[in-house]
Amino acid sequence: MASHVHTQNAHGAHGEHEHNPNLQHHFYSMDQQLEASTLGMWVFLVTEIMFFGGLFMAYIVYRTMYPDAWMSGSQQLNVPLGAMNTAVLIVSSLTMALAVRAAMVGNRRGQIRNLILTILLGTTFLVVKYFEYKSKFDHHLVPGDHFVAPAGLETMAPQLQIFMSLYFVMTGVHAAHMVVGIVLMSVILFMAWRGRFGPQYYTPVEVSGLYWHFVDIVWIFLFPLLYLLGFHLGGAAH
Amino acid sequence: MAMTSGARPDSYLGAPYGLAAWLLTKDHKRIAILYLISITIFFAVGGLFAIGVRSELMTPKGDLLSADMYNKLFTLHGVVMIFFFLIPSIPATLGNFLIPIMIGAKDLAFPRINLLSWYIYVVGALVTLVAVFAGGVDTGWTFYTPYSSISSTTAVTWAAVGVFITGFSSILTGLNFIVTVHRMRAPGMTWFRLPLFVWSHYATSLVMILGTPVIAITVLLVAAERSLNLGIFDPARGGDPVLFQHLFWFYSHPAVYIMILPGMGVISELVAAISRKQVFGYAFVAFSSLAIAIIGFLVWGHHLFVSSQSIYAGLVFSIITMLVAVPSAVKTFNWTATMYKGSVTWESPTYFVVGFMGLFVIGGLTGLFLGTIGLDVHLSDTYFVVAHFHYIMVGGAIMAYMGGLHFWWPKMTGRMFNDVWARASAIMIFVGFNLTFFPQFVLGYLGMPRRYHAYPEEFQVLNVLSTAGASILGLAYLLPMVYFTISIFKGAPAPANPWGAKGLEWEVPSPPPTFNFDEEPVVTEPAYNYKPGREVTVG
Repeated sequence: MASHVHTQNAHGAHGEHEHNPNLQHHFYSMDQQLEASTLGMWVFLVTEIMFFGGLFMAYIVYRTMYPDAWMSGSQQLNVPLGAMNTAVLIVSSLTMALAVRAAMVGNRRGQIRNLILTILLGTTFLVVKYFEYKSKFDHHLVPGDHFVAPAGLETMAPQLQIFMSLYFVMTGVHAAHMVVGIVLMSVILFMAWRGRFGPQYYTPVEVSGLYWHFVDIVWIFLFPLLYLLGFHLGGAAH
Repeated sequence: MAMTSGARPDSYLGAPYGLAAWLLTKDHKRIAILYLISITIFFAVGGLFAIGVRSELMTPKGDLLSADMYNKLFTLHGVVMIFFFLIPSIPATLGNFLIPIMIGAKDLAFPRINLLSWYIYVVGALVTLVAVFAGGVDTGWTFYTPYSSISSTTAVTWAAVGVFITGFSSILTGLNFIVTVHRMRAPGMTWFRLPLFVWSHYATSLVMILGTPVIAITVLLVAAERSLNLGIFDPARGGDPVLFQHLFWFYSHPAVYIMILPGMGVISELVAAISRKQVFGYAFVAFSSLAIAIIGFLVWGHHLFVSSQSIYAGLVFSIITMLVAVPSAVKTFNWTATMYKGSVTWESPTYFVVGFMGLFVIGGLTGLFLGTIGLDVHLSDTYFVVAHFHYIMVGGAIMAYMGGLHFWWPKMTGRMFNDVWARASAIMIFVGFNLTFFPQFVLGYLGMPRRYHAYPEEFQVLNVLSTAGASILGLAYLLPMVYFTISIFKGAPAPANPWGAKGLEWEVPSPPPTFNFDEEPVVTEPAYNYKPGREVTVG
């Protein structure tokens, strides 16, 4: 059964794609190459889920142990900035999807435009994140020796530090993924500018797009868990 | 295919020639050799630390090493042996070399990522070596908090970052194998024609990609906690040190299966070849690998029976631990059933197979002792545990690794080694190993705790036996390095199929050409389709 499928692929390869310079030597057809790369990225994303999973596990344990500190900690975060960043990332996922589409139909200008927009939106996210982090330093909300609990919350200072630790690690690891994504997109942009992609070969755009969407989705989970939890547990922020 | 002897001009060992060609290679076979060299170095380094530990334990008093030095030696022995030898051992060398050939592919799905994984391994190893020279690490290989995150004054951060980095080499190897098995099989190579070596590596890869990211983030948290003063595992701030143990063992128990599953794959190949028979119950052996990988993720709590875990959680973990023994037993019974009435011949791989079975059975059964909560309260953190996991990791995994290395050495190098010396080495390993670790079961049962550099005088006889065994074991591991090295320069050229074995890897020349196959192979028969009366050219 499987042998028929493969034989057809192999024949197809010799017919259509034999001279495609983008076909690596160890694959028999462009289809096989695209399928392998896509599956590879999906498997990588599974490992990423497990990577963030450890942090979400820690979050769940401490949120259950210290609901009050989690509520108060959440209320220290800047919801409007977080919401704005959420919107920025969702739009960047749209431009990313448009870039993949442009690559599939061979629209070089469309690829370049949408990739630049994606990179700009990703950078906007990081700039906003920088100002959020800076304000946490200014208000002595960074865990460690210089941590000062906000007025009225002195009794839960130790647990607040755990919340802020998780906030910094989770958003920090996410931001590191954004940086990787932006570097990746810059490489893809360069390749697109050179006109490397078209209906015959758009694998790198597609798999980079999967990565970008994944990083967005992680934020979609982080935003409510970290920023909106204060509303959920204790009403509006003060 | 032709049974030519000697290397072809297009052998993967030949061209392109030069150091740069090797360090920038994308050929899975050359990368396997790079891994083989690096893990052999780390095996020796880990062995040196073990010599220190065993030497100290010859006498009851702490007279050779200080307590601090002893702590560092057993920690580094564990870290190096587990993360830099055992976990990459079979997958990164034999797996890397053989999986593409066994399934009829020219290479792994992602050759560049394969090379990247080796470089990541090397960087992680070097960072960990920095920890050795920056004062060592004394937390035990388990990095338990809060000692690792707050108290220890040693170079824990370096070691943790080294382990973090190396984890990604393992993740990328697993990813590469999974995609390769799914997408690169030759025509006719259906899932149920795959050699069991490939099945077990597929299961191993699942554990690698699902478990390793969790240890990565966990040791990263420890490193961050030490360097940035976070409070996630800090009891003074309400943090829970036991959470670390849960996260750690969520990976580190399945990691035991990363070490043993590839070994089981090797034994499945060897047992069929030495018996000249189809593996008994092929599908059961294949699925038992998956069962071990899946159930293996649900037993981590048996490391926390005495760590404040609830008794009800303990009961559940204890029952599931019993359950994971079932697929391992299925394999063991099927291997023995394969040998039953087989045409078993006694070349060196046979000695390693039989040795593996003996040691693995003892290691597995003593695991059931430890999985029983009541008994574990007595045996926890004693030498019984040390003996148990060495029977699995050294007796099981390394015995299988050595067996596989001997079996495929002619294929990898194109040279025959001296089989008489190889048999001697297998017997020495078996004797030395049992002499080293069997007394430790008794010591543990009598109550000698692990990780102390001094002990009461009544334990000395058993400890001296253990150290004596360790010196035999050390020599037995040195021996193959000698005759393997000699074989490279003076060994007779290997024929394509010296053992008369089945499988695509035996149909290509020894050593294989760079792209493995001249044309895409078409598979028309099941694995291990042995017929009576095949010739063996080793003797």
